[in-house]
Amino acid sequence: MSDATLQRRASNRRTGIVALSVVGFWVAIAASGPFVAPHAEGNVVSSDVFAPISTAFPLGTDYLGRDMLSRVLFGARDTIGVALLATLLACFVGGTLALCAAARGGWTDAVLSRAMDALISVPSLLFGLVVIAALGSSIPVLVGTAAVIYTPGAYRTARALAVNIAAMDFIRVARARGERTTFIMADEILPNMLLPLLTDFGLRFIYVVLLLSGLSFLGLGVQPPQADWGSLVRENIEGLAYGAPAVIIPAIAIATLTISVNLLIDSLSSRRQGADAR
Amino acid sequence: MLAEPPLVEVDGLHVVSGDTPIVRDVSFTIARGEVLALIGESGSGKTTIGLALMGYARRGCQIADGRIRVGNIDVRSLSHAKLSDLRGRTVSYVAQSAAASFNPARRIMPQVIEGALIHRLMSRADAKTKARALFADLALPDPDNIGDRFPYQVSGGQLQRLLAAMALITDPDLVILDEPTTALDVTTQIEVLRAFRQVVRERRTTALYVSHDLSVVAQMADRIVVLRDGAVQETAPTQQLLDAPAHPYTRNLLAAVAPVARVAEPQHTPAPPPLLRISGLVAGYGPTDARGLPEITVLRDIDVGIESDSVLGVIGESGCGKSTLAQVIAGLIAPARGSIELDGVPLSPLAAQRTREQLRRIQIVLQSADVALNPAHSVEHSLARPLRFYHAMRGEALRRRVVALLDMVHLPTALAGCYPRELSGGQKQRVNLARALAAEPSLILCDEVTSALDSIVGAAILDLLAELRRELGIAYMFISHDLSTVRAICDSVAILYAGQLVETGGRNALRQRPMHPYTDLLIASVPELRTGWLDGISATQLKEAAGGVSWHMAAQPCAFFSRCAHRISGVCDIEAPPLRELAKGARIRCHLGEDELLRAQTGAGQAPSAEPQYAHLS
Repeated sequence: MSDATLQRRASNRRTGIVALSVVGFWVAIAASGPFVAPHAEGNVVSSDVFAPISTAFPLGTDYLGRDMLSRVLFGARDTIGVALLATLLACFVGGTLALCAAARGGWTDAVLSRAMDALISVPSLLFGLVVIAALGSSIPVLVGTAAVIYTPGAYRTARALAVNIAAMDFIRVARARGERTTFIMADEILPNMLLPLLTDFGLRFIYVVLLLSGLSFLGLGVQPPQADWGSLVRENIEGLAYGAPAVIIPAIAIATLTISVNLLIDSLSSRRQGADAR
Repeated sequence: MLAEPPLVEVDGLHVVSGDTPIVRDVSFTIARGEVLALIGESGSGKTTIGLALMGYARRGCQIADGRIRVGNIDVRSLSHAKLSDLRGRTVSYVAQSAAASFNPARRIMPQVIEGALIHRLMSRADAKTKARALFADLALPDPDNIGDRFPYQVSGGQLQRLLAAMALITDPDLVILDEPTTALDVTTQIEVLRAFRQVVRERRTTALYVSHDLSVVAQMADRIVVLRDGAVQETAPTQQLLDAPAHPYTRNLLAAVAPVARVAEPQHTPAPPPLLRISGLVAGYGPTDARGLPEITVLRDIDVGIESDSVLGVIGESGCGKSTLAQVIAGLIAPARGSIELDGVPLSPLAAQRTREQLRRIQIVLQSADVALNPAHSVEHSLARPLRFYHAMRGEALRRRVVALLDMVHLPTALAGCYPRELSGGQKQRVNLARALAAEPSLILCDEVTSALDSIVGAAILDLLAELRRELGIAYMFISHDLSTVRAICDSVAILYAGQLVETGGRNALRQRPMHPYTDLLIASVPELRTGWLDGISATQLKEAAGGVSWHMAAQPCAFFSRCAHRISGVCDIEAPPLRELAKGARIRCHLGEDELLRAQTGAGQAPSAEPQYAHLS
């Protein structure tokens, strides 16, 4: 192995570790945030709005004089929790249907694929607006809406992968052996698409975070006094003129989370490629 | 003449991938107008050497040491830009897969002359004129217009010749031919080889011919360099190398070309009921029409049987339907008509409807072990599944059986935890076979199991198959395009052409004339391990070989009609050929009688010796 390859691999490894620790940090915050937050989420604790960083308020205060640190800590749960749940749901449903379509083929594949195409043709933000307008905004509705919006995408990716694998000779051997479709789906096809599927999961997670932030920014996401990071940016947008940390911190939080998830996936998949190249 | 220095000189070439040497201290020279062959198995570094002559090393590899001189150019001292001037101009390259070398979205002509235009050697019009002349020299049909077609509109053999035209358009000093006929069928290979050689001779082209096939190289090369593990084993003029190989490895290679018979002597009591009986089988792809026939019929009226503990060889060129036959038997494709009986019990058309016991008794081993083994499963996992599935084995018994299976195919137990990507091609094929054996089948369908392997590794797999048959009494259906392999392992043979069985019979069917005209062509097309074989091919055979299979011919009553040299117009194209019993014990589908065939195949005036001239192969 040449030095260049080794170096590339080492730097790739470092990026992976950094990304993993950032993602781990935010997940830990999402889990423990409400317990470590110095103040309650909705409490107005200062008369000073858009206060700068100080010892009393490490991340300053927001437009009502609430503690920004507490707001970000609480917001982590809403952002990451809702996005994670929605993404898991979307990938699970999309992936299962895709495996089913690939393993059975024929009519099953045609009906499922057309149904998903119909769903994918609805603009996602518009779809979200309509559903939320009809059902009102609550955490379950948000999770459900985001999941429905991203299921067709997950299905498309997973189906493309699965169809390629289903055409391989080892699937033919399994069929000739007399294996059931469910076994072929779970034991023969799935292990071969796990990594790209994981990549897709990460990507979709980012989309969901951005979608939720977008909805919150429009005022249709998580409702006050609760706030995810997207709503935090929106409600403190006036602070931009004062250079208040209140608007910058949640934006940084969104950016670090999405970028590190991306980097983590990249390092995972390139490591897998390295293993294949051996 | 003697004073002229060699055109190409390679001295002490080393190529490494990281710390692993790929090519070690290789030196050779090529005189102007000479054809030098590099021969060796895959991984012997032959392609790497060919690429090094263009100053190119594949990703991760480096030319570590040595001198490469082409003409008066020191290739290793050239800058990147200078190398671009060298490639395609001074040294050009003909790759194995012509289909992958052409851009399918562009017409052929602009791709062929691209090299001449990039190097600004001639005007577009001149380049086109020159390309047409090259097409004619390469015996391509309709040389004036073939360049206007798209790559998918010409056959594989034609595309390979067009690729050669692309390489020759710049009149390079050296042409590297990298396994240019390996992917072709034997009958196609003949015309391509002949065209190559004629062009090389007429233009006094200097060429490096890279191949693993000694018989092909014997037709093309003046001298042969034998490679193994990146090092030169022996360099000798072709005739000398064939007659008196000095190195033991060369002798090994020569021996692998003429495989020893691996058949058990016949000890059958007469006519036992066949293990598998296929009758009136019609199968294909696409929706079925009103008569119940599929849109594209691939197999027509197949009648064949396999006795228990015997080997049936199914021979045919690519696209003849031989893999489809295996898949129909395995229940992967439902036949449109006809029946398949296992021990007299009819089998359901699809695997899903067969009983587990029926499924267990027929196992299929597919050609490419790379894709036949699940890359996500370890060897142990792959072998354990059929044991659990058919024999409900668990725990310790299961583990012991996996070890026993690995032992049966001569693999070390330590490989159980390995994944397919960690195994060599031969090892993968053994695991592939072990997985079929795990079911304890009565019949294994072997679809081109040795085709992707080097001759020596392939011979070892054949030995293993023969040994397993002796010990376990398994019957095989051995599908192959390689006649010598089939001849070595099979008790009976079936020859498939465009979906029709043209000849079935005992092993002798391939040794004794008369035979079906297609069988005769097929046998005569296998390159022989002697120089001058290519020149000795008769004009009739050349005409037949040039035909190529096409599916509109399959609609004729006799599929071979348009290629057959002995056809009777007004009979063969109107009436379906009758099934004819020959004295040698074979059945053929042909209008010609035994005497007529014998006369046509031995040639008038010759002694009526029924033994063809290739006895040295068996």
